[in-house]
Amino acid sequence: MIAFEAHNLTVSYDKQPVLWDIDFEIPEGKLVGIIGPNGSGKTTLLKAAMGILEADSGYVKVFEKNPDKVRERLGYVPQRQSVDWDFPATVMDITMMGRYRKGRLFGRLSKTDKEIAVDSLKRVGMYDYRNRQISELSGGQQQRVFIARSLAQQADVYLMDEPFVGIDAASEESILNILQEMRSSGKTVIMVHHDLHTALEFFDWVILLNTRLVAAGPKEEVLTEENLRTAYGGKLNVLSRIADLIKSKEYPIREKDMKE
Amino acid sequence: MGGNFAWVMIGCALIGAGASAVGVFSFLRKQALVGDAVAHALLPGVVLAFMFTGEKDIWFLFPGAFVAGWLGLLSIDLISKNSKIKPDTAIAIVLTVFFAIGIVLLTHVQQSNYGNQSGLEAFLFGKAAAMLPADITLFVTVDIALILLIVLTYRYLKLYSFDPDFAKAIGLPVKLIQFILSSLTVLAVASGIQAVGVVLMAALIITPAAAARFFTGRLSHMIILAMVIGIISSLIGVYISSLAVSMPTGPWIVMVLSIIAIMAFVFAPRKGMLQRSRKRKTHQVKIRRENLLKLFYSLEEKKQKQFYTRPQLLRSRRFRGRELELLLNRLLKKGLLQKQENRYGLTEKGRSEATRVVRLHRLWELYLNERMNIAPDHVHHDAEAIEHIITPELERELLKDLGYPELDPHHSEIPGIKGMQR
Repeated sequence: MIAFEAHNLTVSYDKQPVLWDIDFEIPEGKLVGIIGPNGSGKTTLLKAAMGILEADSGYVKVFEKNPDKVRERLGYVPQRQSVDWDFPATVMDITMMGRYRKGRLFGRLSKTDKEIAVDSLKRVGMYDYRNRQISELSGGQQQRVFIARSLAQQADVYLMDEPFVGIDAASEESILNILQEMRSSGKTVIMVHHDLHTALEFFDWVILLNTRLVAAGPKEEVLTEENLRTAYGGKLNVLSRIADLIKSKEYPIREKDMKE
Repeated sequence: MGGNFAWVMIGCALIGAGASAVGVFSFLRKQALVGDAVAHALLPGVVLAFMFTGEKDIWFLFPGAFVAGWLGLLSIDLISKNSKIKPDTAIAIVLTVFFAIGIVLLTHVQQSNYGNQSGLEAFLFGKAAAMLPADITLFVTVDIALILLIVLTYRYLKLYSFDPDFAKAIGLPVKLIQFILSSLTVLAVASGIQAVGVVLMAALIITPAAAARFFTGRLSHMIILAMVIGIISSLIGVYISSLAVSMPTGPWIVMVLSIIAIMAFVFAPRKGMLQRSRKRKTHQVKIRRENLLKLFYSLEEKKQKQFYTRPQLLRSRRFRGRELELLLNRLLKKGLLQKQENRYGLTEKGRSEATRVVRLHRLWELYLNERMNIAPDHVHHDAEAIEHIITPELERELLKDLGYPELDPHHSEIPGIKGMQR
């Protein structure tokens, strides 16, 4: 089954298009890396997939359905630096957020929800820290709490934004173990990743991006020298000039009625 | 006064509680100034409502204030989304423009014949004693309603304030949450127009939250504490301002609030300035003590002699004023040094402590040299500082990482490694 599909996805950030006509499919149960140079639209792709950013055109499907219809099957780990870790909350508070659901009146949570959160914390090795202030955690521990929160979502497809950036060896190992576990239980994990070398090792599937899709598919097919040279050899000159033009002249990126 | 005064106090306490509770979310979302802009934006709404109805009845003025506050918020949003102007500038523009319009209208009303316009200027700095029982009923209802709304939507407000992207990602109605938060802000600010006044109302939104953050790391505790601070300062402020006839209430509430906030800033446990400087001092004393022990250790290493007089010590290391004398006495008391006539030497306990510090120093030098490729003649100063910070766990890790080395980069022995459990 197709776990995730992007169809002709075009997305702008601050009125400037950063993703052009992205089109790919990901089968269920794969560990997928989104790879590309800085500013190639990796985070934007993830945010558009989660519905945080609105697409200019095209759409995303999860298990062949509109993501809004299958929200509880989608787990999300944002970039660690996207939040203020000085926020007054404990590790347990944050993990419990993974149990919040739309439509639950006033966000009431049950005992089962708590058990699920506790279990998620144990899996990332942060249970002993459950009453710790999140401001007192190291970067790696913060990342593990974010992973625990997504585990508590009990989803089938997980989107993670650079979970390996700036973390210690122990956290890295813990997260790697979790990823293996997830893969063997048939979950699909789609992850923005910055390091090409490790990508070769542990992903099954790779999406190579540089504002447009360079290649997507099994890693052996995608990570060829030619593809990498295309992806990392700089932006397409004309394409980025057009993007600049769209921003400065306030052109619409698509005609309104083209939107699905 | 009597019964009415008690009613005024209750009203002000609730106004303080409501504003402080809402303020915690503004504070955490780094929207402190938005509250201030909204407060100032209320003024034209109040005056216009008066001009249209000709009534000073708060039941007419409050809706005017509420609408104007919302318009202020929307303007900030519109300006920062649709122009190149950044949010902080948009906030400043809205605050000043709305307030200026308010003042112009207020002056116009006062100079023309609107009947009972006197007292309208009380909305600038607040006059709690001028509140009628019917006014207070309105404010009390509004504040109880908004506190209830916070309790009911607490989890969603918390998640949205911490990580709005995640809230959106799991499909929560973020637009609705945003709308609730904005309405709460406008309502909380508007409920204070008569008691506190538009100019200073923002203080009741922000200061209690900022003070409460010093004492707690839990959102629920922070909200309760902020409310307590808001209530106390409102009560004291209203009481003081009631002592003189023409004293405005707002400034007094802010004065009390600021004193509480400054006390929190200075005296709060752990995060307060006093505690932090005390911690720094303890560290400084520890560093000096460990350095003196190290001096004894290196003298022993060089001269193979246990006891030294004070002039001998002074010749080997610089001390300020009576520093040496004080340190020696302290170490004697701790049993780390012993004294024979006028000469000082390490005790067994002192030597093992000194050994530990020297070991950490040389281990760190080696680490810098081997792992970070720093030349041996550059590592000493760094190690002088780091040796005092390294905890036993870090020491174990260093030892393991370096393979229980016995010599430092200067080929001196790293003491206490031989026979150590590996």
